[in-house]
Amino acid sequence: MKKGKIMCLAIPGKLIKKENDKGIVDLGGVNKEIFLTFIPEVKEGDWVIIHTGFGLNIISEKDALETIEILREVYGTE
Amino acid sequence: MELNNFRNPELIKKIVTELQCWKKPVKFMEVCGSHTMAIGHWGIRKLLPETISLISGPGCPVCVTPSSVIDSLIGLKDVTIATFGDLIRVPGNKGTLEQARAKGLDVRMIYSPMEALEMAKEKETVFVGIGFETTIPGIAYTIMEASRKNLKNFSVLPAFKLVPPALDALLSAKDTNFDGFILPGHVSVIIGSDAYKLLPEKFGIGGVVTGFEPLDILVGIKKLTDQIKAEKPEIENEYSRVVTGKGNVQAQEIIHKVLEVEDALWRGLGWIPKSGLGIRKDFEEFDATKKYGIKITDTEERTGCRCGDVLKGNIIPPECPLFGKACLPNNPIGPCMVSSEGSCAAYYKYER
Repeated sequence: MKKGKIMCLAIPGKLIKKENDKGIVDLGGVNKEIFLTFIPEVKEGDWVIIHTGFGLNIISEKDALETIEILREVYGTE
Repeated sequence: MELNNFRNPELIKKIVTELQCWKKPVKFMEVCGSHTMAIGHWGIRKLLPETISLISGPGCPVCVTPSSVIDSLIGLKDVTIATFGDLIRVPGNKGTLEQARAKGLDVRMIYSPMEALEMAKEKETVFVGIGFETTIPGIAYTIMEASRKNLKNFSVLPAFKLVPPALDALLSAKDTNFDGFILPGHVSVIIGSDAYKLLPEKFGIGGVVTGFEPLDILVGIKKLTDQIKAEKPEIENEYSRVVTGKGNVQAQEIIHKVLEVEDALWRGLGWIPKSGLGIRKDFEEFDATKKYGIKITDTEERTGCRCGDVLKGNIIPPECPLFGKACLPNNPIGPCMVSSEGSCAAYYKYER
């Protein structure tokens, strides 16, 4: 996703590493550091909705994959 | 990948057929810019009977940011201005941040407000605090971190907006008229679907929190018509796979620790009571309005732009005399044309 573009979108990613209130998510092959302040209960392997570098909540894998598909179609994001 | 129940053509056909029988003229507002995009992309309007109008509401955060926010940033000296990218093309009365950058203003686009803390280690940095409830918790947390790290070079210009008070104001206005709301998906992740109870309780109007798939939106519309038929307005949560009734309580607590409710100026809509958030006294050293003596005032110049009427649902974008002529996505005059999620930009792309 382009930097800073469409700020109000929230996108799903898979948490691959968790260390205190920070984690690494896999966004379709790109890894990104996020803050887990708002979802302290999250576990490695969970799918999370991410917005401006923060995890907002935990969702199922099925919903995450569907959401990624919509983003590709509507916004043309990778 | 198995996709998916939300695009099943049989289900879509069934629900569209049912909606086609709807006779009473109704006006539903989708509040969120991402819904505006999805409705355009999926061609939802073309599936609906003439009796059901969809109006795009004030759910694009850069579109409702007043000119005086941009003008006051352009007036700052010797600071780095850190902002979400969408804002830099929004015209104020003194031009855009992008134009000011070309003349030497240090404007940097960032993805996360936390990046601004790193910038503040090198140079005095002001982060532009725009956004709805989805974005606000991250900015509130960034202010807490600045305080914890005792950073002296960092401040936030608060221009936050809250969705439920804006809906309250839209419904209270004399010149507006709605029959139901498609409520935002990601704002509701934070505030929860319970936050909209004032719609049925105060105004007798229902709302449905929906996702972004074609069926999500069509089911939302169907539920609104069902509510009208049954004369039972309520808040329904069609997006329960992502949104809960109470929202994200941790995020809400951080917002309330750092920020407090105040009146806010919405571009196109004017001042709306208790529809924004300011920085609490405990964190005032990070408040750019105090640090630089910035006062947000209503200074909109008359350009002929009718964004305000578009945001209120009084007109659709082509009814504005500037739309598609003087005001275009590559030369936006009004804020609704700037962001791809703005009502006019989405209309220009999908509905002409």
